[in-house]
Amino acid sequence: MIISILMTVGIVAGIGGFFALLLIIAESTLMNYGECTITINDKKKITEKGGSSLLTTLNNNKIFLSSACGGRGSCGFCKCKILKGGGPLLPTELPFLDEQEKKDMVRLACQVKVKEDISIEIPEDIFAIQEFAGKVTSIKDMTYDIKELTIELTMPKEIEFKAGQYVQFVAPRYEKSRQSVTRAYSISSNPDHKKFIELIVRKVPDGLCTTYIHDYLKEGDTVNFTGPFGDFLIQDTHKDMIFIAGGSGKAPVKSMLEYLKAHKSKRKMTYLFGARTEKDLYHVELMKKLEDDLEHFEFVPILSKPDEGSKWSGKTGYIMPFLKEFIGKPENTEAYLCGSPGMIDAVIKELHNLKITDEQIFFDPFS
Amino acid sequence: MELNVFILFMAAIFTSNILLTNFLGMCSYLSVSRQIESSLGLGFAVFFVMTCTTALNYFVYYFVLVPLDIVYLQYIIFIIVIAAFVQLTEMVIERLSPVLYYSLGIFLPLITVNCAILGVSLFMVIRNYSFIQSVAFGAGSGIGWLLAILALAGIRQKVNDTFVPAGLRGAGLSLIITGIMALGFIGFSGIAVIQ
Repeated sequence: MIISILMTVGIVAGIGGFFALLLIIAESTLMNYGECTITINDKKKITEKGGSSLLTTLNNNKIFLSSACGGRGSCGFCKCKILKGGGPLLPTELPFLDEQEKKDMVRLACQVKVKEDISIEIPEDIFAIQEFAGKVTSIKDMTYDIKELTIELTMPKEIEFKAGQYVQFVAPRYEKSRQSVTRAYSISSNPDHKKFIELIVRKVPDGLCTTYIHDYLKEGDTVNFTGPFGDFLIQDTHKDMIFIAGGSGKAPVKSMLEYLKAHKSKRKMTYLFGARTEKDLYHVELMKKLEDDLEHFEFVPILSKPDEGSKWSGKTGYIMPFLKEFIGKPENTEAYLCGSPGMIDAVIKELHNLKITDEQIFFDPFS
Repeated sequence: MELNVFILFMAAIFTSNILLTNFLGMCSYLSVSRQIESSLGLGFAVFFVMTCTTALNYFVYYFVLVPLDIVYLQYIIFIIVIAAFVQLTEMVIERLSPVLYYSLGIFLPLITVNCAILGVSLFMVIRNYSFIQSVAFGAGSGIGWLLAILALAGIRQKVNDTFVPAGLRGAGLSLIITGIMALGFIGFSGIAVIQ
């Protein structure tokens, strides 16, 4: 009896082991692409073991293409031109590329695997993107689900960025996540202060990185991030500016407003902040102070569902119907949007109705 | 059991369609039948894996399990063989054709747990098929499965453009359509039945 049980276990284990061995051999021969050389802009050459994605390989060599989703192929930020190698265009890339880009051989670096020698072209300023280490000096509760972090830079000690740009925050391995994850957060502090950055992070239920920041990160901890990325920037014109952002979308707008204040801008500015209830409002004092300091600035919080019996006397409902009220001359207006893709689509549609063209709309969707 | 190989092959496709008469492989059948394109991809993957694993399992059964007198382990062993084969196929396809890998690759892991694949191997044993018969039966069943999912996907795409009462939407209507299709396939059964 015992012998037959042991024999059975042994045979199953033997057969299982045989196939496992077969797979290991297959992986080491089939998946082995040897050393591949990546030529960047015809100047820089890096040689690395093949097999991983181009994005990861470049990251390992301290070249940081922007990526908000961490290489899952859902944000479409890591575009680069691949002049040679890289294989055929994949179905996973198609939704992110338009006809012109397909002709220019633009690909998503996170989907292209390095299997041969590759030659790529990337914008020069990507080389300016660096890895930073910093110390968390304060974590403040803004609302029940939004926190503001202040990170003092330790290595290197200064960062050059423009208002509206974002960094990629690295959450290390912790209880709820078996591997380190990277997510993008906009910088909310004034770019004139180069020794520290502030981030505003809203807790996403079951979000790996936001849970880490909200529940595990403590003051005094060391954190790592790369940056700065992004082209959601203040346009150098004299047009009126209308900012529309809710929740943690306030981060880039706050950075822009503080920058404009520091440079004594005389442009007319309006900030429509959408929230559900009074509990979701934050930095209201700061915005009131900006109203005093800036010559033509108005902060307009709009609540979609104020609590029953609250003393809320401001505007109620969705943002869209109020847009018209704050747009003077459509051709002399620039709109800056930051929020969820759904909210941005809805606002852009309304802006089109109000005769504001795509060239006047700038946005930063959370992906 | 002496069955003409060609008859067996045709019977596996039509009269004894693995999906429409045995109702095996339903989960991926219902979930990946929204579009013709993806159902075609999955169908081909099932066809390929089914044919190859039936042949492999034939050897494993008659040259390993029977001599060692452990045929009662066939369920576990067959699943191990299928899983290992799918893994191996995935790697080979990734190496040889990235485009095929991305259009087929996402379906391959689904196949590991497709009960139709295991079912074909088990039928092969129960019905005492010879090697040639087994391969014909595996290939036929794979084509039959592909045919069934393709038909459902085509019908569902048509249904999308029409009004469907709320209670019938989704899996409900798919199951009714499958039932009617199964009835339709019974019409073939005058030709030859293999079970």
